[in-house]
Amino acid sequence: MAETPSHREPILELKNVSSHYGPVRALEGVSLTVHQGEIVTLIGANGAGKSTLLMTLFANPRATVGEVFFAGTKITHLPTHRVSPLGLALVPEGRRIFPGMTVIENMELGRTALGQQRQKVNLEFLYNLFPILKERRGQKAGTLSGGEQQMLAIARALMSQPRLLLLDEPSLGLAPMMIRKIFALIQTIVQSGTTVFLVEQNANQALQIADRGYVLVNGQIRLTGTGHELLTNPEVRQAYLGKLTHRE
Amino acid sequence: MGAFFIQPLITAALVLVLTAPISGLVLDGYRFDLHWQPPLWLALAAFFIHVGLILIRRLLRPGQKAPPQQNSRQIHPTVLRTATILLPLLGLLLPFFLGKYWLTVAILALIYVLLALGLNIVVGLAGMLDLGFVAFYAVGAYGYALGQEYLGLGFWAALPLGASLAAGLGMILGFPVLRMHGDYLAIVTLGFGEIIRLILNNWVSFTGGPNGMRVDSPTLLGLEFSRRAKEGNVPFHEFLGIDYSSNHRHIFIYLILFLVVLATLSLVTRLKHMPLGRSWEALREDEIACRSLGINHVTVKLSAFALGAMIGGIGGVFFAASQGFVNPTSFTFFESALILAIVVLGGLGSIPGVIIAAIVITVLPELLRDFSDYRVLVFGLAMVCMMIWRPKGLVQNRRPVFQRRSA
Repeated sequence: MAETPSHREPILELKNVSSHYGPVRALEGVSLTVHQGEIVTLIGANGAGKSTLLMTLFANPRATVGEVFFAGTKITHLPTHRVSPLGLALVPEGRRIFPGMTVIENMELGRTALGQQRQKVNLEFLYNLFPILKERRGQKAGTLSGGEQQMLAIARALMSQPRLLLLDEPSLGLAPMMIRKIFALIQTIVQSGTTVFLVEQNANQALQIADRGYVLVNGQIRLTGTGHELLTNPEVRQAYLGKLTHRE
Repeated sequence: MGAFFIQPLITAALVLVLTAPISGLVLDGYRFDLHWQPPLWLALAAFFIHVGLILIRRLLRPGQKAPPQQNSRQIHPTVLRTATILLPLLGLLLPFFLGKYWLTVAILALIYVLLALGLNIVVGLAGMLDLGFVAFYAVGAYGYALGQEYLGLGFWAALPLGASLAAGLGMILGFPVLRMHGDYLAIVTLGFGEIIRLILNNWVSFTGGPNGMRVDSPTLLGLEFSRRAKEGNVPFHEFLGIDYSSNHRHIFIYLILFLVVLATLSLVTRLKHMPLGRSWEALREDEIACRSLGINHVTVKLSAFALGAMIGGIGGVFFAASQGFVNPTSFTFFESALILAIVVLGGLGSIPGVIIAAIVITVLPELLRDFSDYRVLVFGLAMVCMMIWRPKGLVQNRRPVFQRRSA
């Protein structure tokens, strides 16, 4: 299951990327690749630089060192709003939906990146994926439950028909039931042909569905491997799954 | 039934307490005279208004146990359709029944509708607090006056000129404030408004300074609305063979202004449902999310500033045309505050609310002429009361619901 398609051109590639918040270095020499059709996950503790890495793709903050390529195009210094039209969509940490606008308006905004081709989006596909959103389409997004808001954030991102979907902690603040549901949805999305880059703290869940994974510690990539390898790696287990030392 | 009167009684008591010192104590030489009647009348009026409001609420929502339904608040489509046809017609016929005084009031009300619609884009939809909106109003008015003085432009040329000047200035203001929010933005825009006013006031050789400038009234296809036209021209009344009336000029301005307001209205309502209008609102709610979705926050913000400013500029041109004179005292900070108050009272982002508030706020002081010393006080009270009881404005901004997307 976890074969690495190294012969193919990576859809996303970071080469030795560092980025800073003012004088504070948040990322240091990060290199990673994501290939078409994969689920790649990035796990790490609070403050490791996971969200920074995603925001660096969107040039906010910009990478101070290194290069970022998306589908062969260098996007390191592209202005933020020019990134998503290339086929990248971000589901931001904490969902960041537009609470005062209706569900359907939120989704419509997701079309923006498509520019002139925005008429071609198939809403039915998304409604099949998220039946609850169809039901609630006239409702203000702020009145949805946390899980529904997360679904809305994912649906909004998918409206731009991205080649690569970036998810920043989709399990944040959700009940275990809902987390399982969201992860099942992510797998469905990948089966429909979208590549997924998943940033998570919930290492157990994330590594179970991931083809490959990276472990970020203090802004540096500490470990990499297939999802299974990382799940069984003693260092990962000790740091993120907390089973070896405590229970056995 | 008891509860029916308790709240109005409390309101009346509050009004009594608030207004008694103001309207009940009259300074006579070195003595105070106590007059009980005015505050009592006010209290009585407040009582009945509150009772009336409760009655209306009861009528709108019969049967208290029934949960308030979403649908009951939606206006019936046929009612809406008749209203959209009837109201403009009424508005077009209105000036022919008004005297000169009320005609000027109506023009002023329409100008404020225009200004409020403009500011509503910036503050209500795009969520950028602009305390210097009067600058664009001034630019429109002075665009007309200066264009006439130095370039010999008439009203019809001044309209696009004033609009584009204001829009350009809106963009210029927009650039430095792109990264600002809330308080900081308010301060910068406030300063901007003052800069424009001070320039107009102090550049005496160019703008005439505090003496102001004279402005010609608009013409209809070259016909003038004066008793006697300039050499070679025919005045309007002679052309039609009717008696001269100074009302013609005002009726004419009113009619053009009304059409411009209608056009602006349809533009703004349409924009609200278009990607651009939606981006404004989205940007107000979450800028980071917007940018990651591929919304260019620079163009979106600048377009809001430019469009709002443009509408303000058009309002300014009409102001100059209807007054026949402009000077910097018409463009003080109080004017900005007034327009902002209209937008807030009307309900941020709600177009019908903004229109109602603009009319109320310009017409009400005229009705309360005797009360004019307390105009600002009443205003402040109204604001405080609004924020307590209807914090989202007179007419709440209703989200458009898309019902019939094929299932």
